[in-house]
Amino acid sequence: MLLEVEGSLRLFGGLERLIEHLREGLDAMELTAQLAVAPVARAALWRARGDGQAVEDLPIDVTGNAESFEFLKSIGISTLGELLKLPRDGLGRRCGRALLDDLDRALGTAPEAREFFTPPPRFAAMLELPAEVIHAEDLLFAARRLLVQLEGLLAARHAGVRAFTVFLFHPKGKSTAIEIGLASPAREAARLGQLLREKLAALSLACPVEAIRLEADDFSLLQARTAGMFGDALAEDEGWARLAERLQARLGHDAVYGVATYPDHRPEYSWRRVEAGEWEPREFRHPGPRPLWLLEAPRPMCEDDFLLLAGPERIECGWWDGDEARRDYFIARFSDSSLGWVYREAGEWFLHGLFA
Amino acid sequence: MAALEDILQRHPVWRGGASFPSAPAVPSGFSVLDGELPGGGWPTGALTEILGLQQGIGELQLLLPVLAALTTAGKRVVWIAPPHLPYAPALAAAGVDLIRLAVVRAPGRRDSLWAAEQALRSGACHALLAWFCNARYAELRRLALAAEASRAFVALFRPREAAQESSPACLRIALEPVEGELAVRILKRHGAPAAAPLILPLKNPIHALGRSPFSLPALRDARARRSLGLPVHA
Repeated sequence: MLLEVEGSLRLFGGLERLIEHLREGLDAMELTAQLAVAPVARAALWRARGDGQAVEDLPIDVTGNAESFEFLKSIGISTLGELLKLPRDGLGRRCGRALLDDLDRALGTAPEAREFFTPPPRFAAMLELPAEVIHAEDLLFAARRLLVQLEGLLAARHAGVRAFTVFLFHPKGKSTAIEIGLASPAREAARLGQLLREKLAALSLACPVEAIRLEADDFSLLQARTAGMFGDALAEDEGWARLAERLQARLGHDAVYGVATYPDHRPEYSWRRVEAGEWEPREFRHPGPRPLWLLEAPRPMCEDDFLLLAGPERIECGWWDGDEARRDYFIARFSDSSLGWVYREAGEWFLHGLFA
Repeated sequence: MAALEDILQRHPVWRGGASFPSAPAVPSGFSVLDGELPGGGWPTGALTEILGLQQGIGELQLLLPVLAALTTAGKRVVWIAPPHLPYAPALAAAGVDLIRLAVVRAPGRRDSLWAAEQALRSGACHALLAWFCNARYAELRRLALAAEASRAFVALFRPREAAQESSPACLRIALEPVEGELAVRILKRHGAPAAAPLILPLKNPIHALGRSPFSLPALRDARARRSLGLPVHA
């Protein structure tokens, strides 16, 4: 793999820091690699093949030119330094133009055009576990390795994922799929790992896991954003999005909601559950006082349990949608001195809210 | 005497009865209460316990001013495991910006404690209201640490009996309805203990209806008429 690094040295704080960074990344993915640096791509490639030695000391087989290799060996040439000392014309005649061109490119005297790598638009990777795993914590450890790879691909594409799937493979060909959705596109392995942790915690593993596979293809463009230092609103919204997705991962999507008013006279229809933080206010004035608590379902009451303090407020509507209400609402005091919002419909009394 | 004053000025000597003007707080919106609370309002970055799980006595009205002030300033407020549905029309009428309000339904004790801690640690929540039926000291201590890191106002609604247990909350108050008004007793605060309960001027929904409440004879009259099946009018 060839990297053009000159343009990025300042960003990473110098060559040593960049190499350190690369080594850390390789270690996280548990890959072994030989790193080498040179002013031109081909020389770097050859140095990497030759265990990072200086260009003159590299063995001639790094050139990959197998036909001329036998001949050069027979005349006692084993390193590039010796090869370069040979007369150029003779070498060209004996070994062909291709070897000369390659040498020119390695020395930087001839240009070399290379196509930049375009990372694929989807990610799928599988990891065989060294032993069967039953604990969520161990699974998470293995999954982190795949998530780090995913993060790398996403960073290269300047993208984030809105959803990803983890497949757990059990013995006898069975498998479990875990789908994880995010509130906003993300790529950090730590954040994706946290969500996976919540999902795994909720899951009881019936059988051990032999292998895991990570798939993601719902990439969307992610603008690089620096975290605010003084808790600015943008960072806070981002924090909220992360919180909401963590809560939803564990408690279910419907467990986190916002509330909004809705223009309808019937109390149970004059509010809506909405996605928290996504609501355009709609002005609607109710003619009477409304309680701060509304009961999930009106509770039947015995009329001796309360004293009426004020009322009635007649609410009669909804005949058009089949859920008609014809109720008289009152404010009532109960024996424990709490204030309730009660109504009478067809001679029966119900408690509908509490003036908390 | 001058030397003593000098020492007290220079060293942080704790004196009973002295208030903590430096304690971070948000105004509660009730001047009676602000006068008694260290820092002049609800403490932030610490736990506040509101004891008495009785509903419908004005327990939310107590917090409406601070909720309205925070939400209109664009700060997010999270309610965890409320006992009933927070009713949007009433909240909007009280000046709460609903777009900044989020409700979390958490069925069990462990889930609600977990959700509360996550909310505080996220740094995206400026006020947290949570209803806990039972919580252990260690669990509350964890929450207190999370609150400290968050600088949020944290109100925990807990049963009256919890007053017997020790708690890491820096402010504990008990609510009681007294003849149609709300009495707030400060059980624990930084500084000197408070003696008398405070009566808070809450908005009476009956006045909001724009009618005078039934007088007592009329009330009996209403009950009599109701038993006759006649419509009741104030």
